[in-house]
Amino acid sequence: MMTWSLALRNLLRNRRRSLSTLLALAIGSASILIFGGYSANIKYIMKTGYVRNGGQLQVQHKDFYLYGSGNPTAYGIPAYVGLIRTIERDEVLKGMIRVVTPTLQFGGVAGNFAAGVSRTVIGTGFVAADVNRMRQWNEYGLPLIAQRFVLEGAASDAAVVGTGVARVLRLCTALGIADCPTTIDEPKPAGKSLPADIAELTLAETPVAAASDDKAKARIELLAGHANGTPNVASLNVLQAERQGFKEFDEVAVILQLQQAQQLVYGRSPPRVTSIMVQLERSEQMNDAAARLKTLLLTAAPGQALAVVDFETLNPFYVQTVKLFDTIFGFIFVLIGAIVLFTVSNTMNTAVVERTVEIGTLRAVGLRQAGIRRLFVIEGFLLGLVGAVSGAVLAVVVAAIVNRLGLTWLPPGSSEPLPLLLRVWGENRMIFGATVGLVMIAALSAWWPAYRAARLRVVDALRHV
Amino acid sequence: MDSVSVPVIRGVDILVRPAHFTVLLGPSGSGKTTLLNMLGCIDKPDKGDVEVAGCAVNELSDDALSDFRAEHIGFVFQNFNLLPVLTAYENIEYPLVLAGMAPKRRHDRVTKLLEAVGLSDRARNLPGQLSGGQRQRVAIARALSRKPKLVIADEPTANLDSQTGASILALMRRMQVRYKISFVFSSHDREVIGAADDLIFLRDGMIQEIRRKKSDSDAPGDQTSFPDTRIDA
Repeated sequence: MMTWSLALRNLLRNRRRSLSTLLALAIGSASILIFGGYSANIKYIMKTGYVRNGGQLQVQHKDFYLYGSGNPTAYGIPAYVGLIRTIERDEVLKGMIRVVTPTLQFGGVAGNFAAGVSRTVIGTGFVAADVNRMRQWNEYGLPLIAQRFVLEGAASDAAVVGTGVARVLRLCTALGIADCPTTIDEPKPAGKSLPADIAELTLAETPVAAASDDKAKARIELLAGHANGTPNVASLNVLQAERQGFKEFDEVAVILQLQQAQQLVYGRSPPRVTSIMVQLERSEQMNDAAARLKTLLLTAAPGQALAVVDFETLNPFYVQTVKLFDTIFGFIFVLIGAIVLFTVSNTMNTAVVERTVEIGTLRAVGLRQAGIRRLFVIEGFLLGLVGAVSGAVLAVVVAAIVNRLGLTWLPPGSSEPLPLLLRVWGENRMIFGATVGLVMIAALSAWWPAYRAARLRVVDALRHV
Repeated sequence: MDSVSVPVIRGVDILVRPAHFTVLLGPSGSGKTTLLNMLGCIDKPDKGDVEVAGCAVNELSDDALSDFRAEHIGFVFQNFNLLPVLTAYENIEYPLVLAGMAPKRRHDRVTKLLEAVGLSDRARNLPGQLSGGQRQRVAIARALSRKPKLVIADEPTANLDSQTGASILALMRRMQVRYKISFVFSSHDREVIGAADDLIFLRDGMIQEIRRKKSDSDAPGDQTSFPDTRIDA
């Protein structure tokens, strides 16, 4: 105890030097944590987006992820309703699951015949009410607005498109999109009409009520390949253009009611889905839930080659981004660690020179070499501890201030600005890791000066001027 | 440039009598401090033997030497060498903490020593708040805290005025008698020389003369309780 007290008093003795060392440590620690808070925010925002859109887990045909984009309908899950019911009723999963919902993804061509434009799209059919429930998921308490999915309660021919699709199909004015460039000719109301054969086909697939909806502002035709190989067309009433987060997806996304999508792809054949999305209450349950789902599939769908895929596998960009930020975080930690190493080492070296006579005295009265080493290492440790903890407090304060400013930023690839938050408070693992790391580095930095001090000959130390 | 080895002391064979006041005398460079350092086990001779309180110390490891110093040897330095961040009380207590003494016993011992050196009212003062004489009193109390067999004092009165020096000398004499300890000084101070039991004159690293002013039977301490301290280098 005396050694700790002696070490602390020695640090307080040269306050200015100790303070400048502490300041360097605190700023270093705060920098690490602020960057960590920034990257944590990005991670949580991305994860929240992915989980809201697709859940943490998806049950798919085992090859759908790799080959499904070429022919999604070939990888459909039959009898999916029973499977969903089994999942929902499972005693183990019951406490974990928030939403279980089917989805059907397919490729097609969307056209605005009135404007004479079309483009290839990725169509996705959802159960709208489930999507709205999924959009409420906010495990990390982010200030993200859960935009209401307008297809809930809408007619079966209702659709939502990405803003990029709306732009290309020249629906900006009709959909009242604010920041949508309209330099090219907007569609004229008296445009070329749909070819008679296609129109006939469309009428066969489109509910009468929707077709006679006079309030429809924007209509598109969606052409998709039927499961049996023939083309099929649905006339859709676009209710809204919705940003899809990433430009690439924003320019191909057409979202419609699951039933409509199934009708388009499977016609009168038994409907299938390409995925069953499972959204969990808490992400930490993901591994347990995945294991349980795999077990369930063996009994509930024995003949089907189904797999459970997590959102990280489905969204490699998320994993790559997290890895990138982790690497940068590690790099910053190493840089700041090196600065801490040299700062503390310099401080301790100076202290050894200044206190050489004291070292001699301590040795003369019987303190062993190990005692001298311990004394200086403890001083380094205390510097590291106080500096790192002060840095953590500083980081929390700075983060709180920045979070109150309501800043936003536009991440690469994203089509809409996201809140700029620094998530330091609550990131206990990061705070603990950075603090312990810096304290260890500080203690390690003091080791060499301590070793040198302990190796001094007692007579030489006592003679030191 | 090749280093040249210059022997500081040679052919020295002395016996420090237990519980006596021994003073090393000699001009600068005569080897007084080197001899003291060897007796204090903070330096070793290149050749020869040092035996302190019956123990051949030049065969001990560094840790063993540290422990030996802590147990058997006290130091009083010319510049007092108190730890500036510790109070007078804590400076005296420190060697006892190293010895692992129980807090209650430590407290009793330090309190007694503070009384003995007349600094009970200065226990909480830092060295910087004490006069030179008071600091040296604290240093003496620290040197005596573990009841050593030998106290090494390198010119303990050199940085004190004559009156304070005399009082410090008187204090050390009292302590030596009270605790029956061998004191070995190096000094030029006439008062110190006058108070010595044994005088050892050094010149050019060699003993010129040993003058034992008082016989063994006149010695103030109980000599039989300690083995000899001897140097043969």
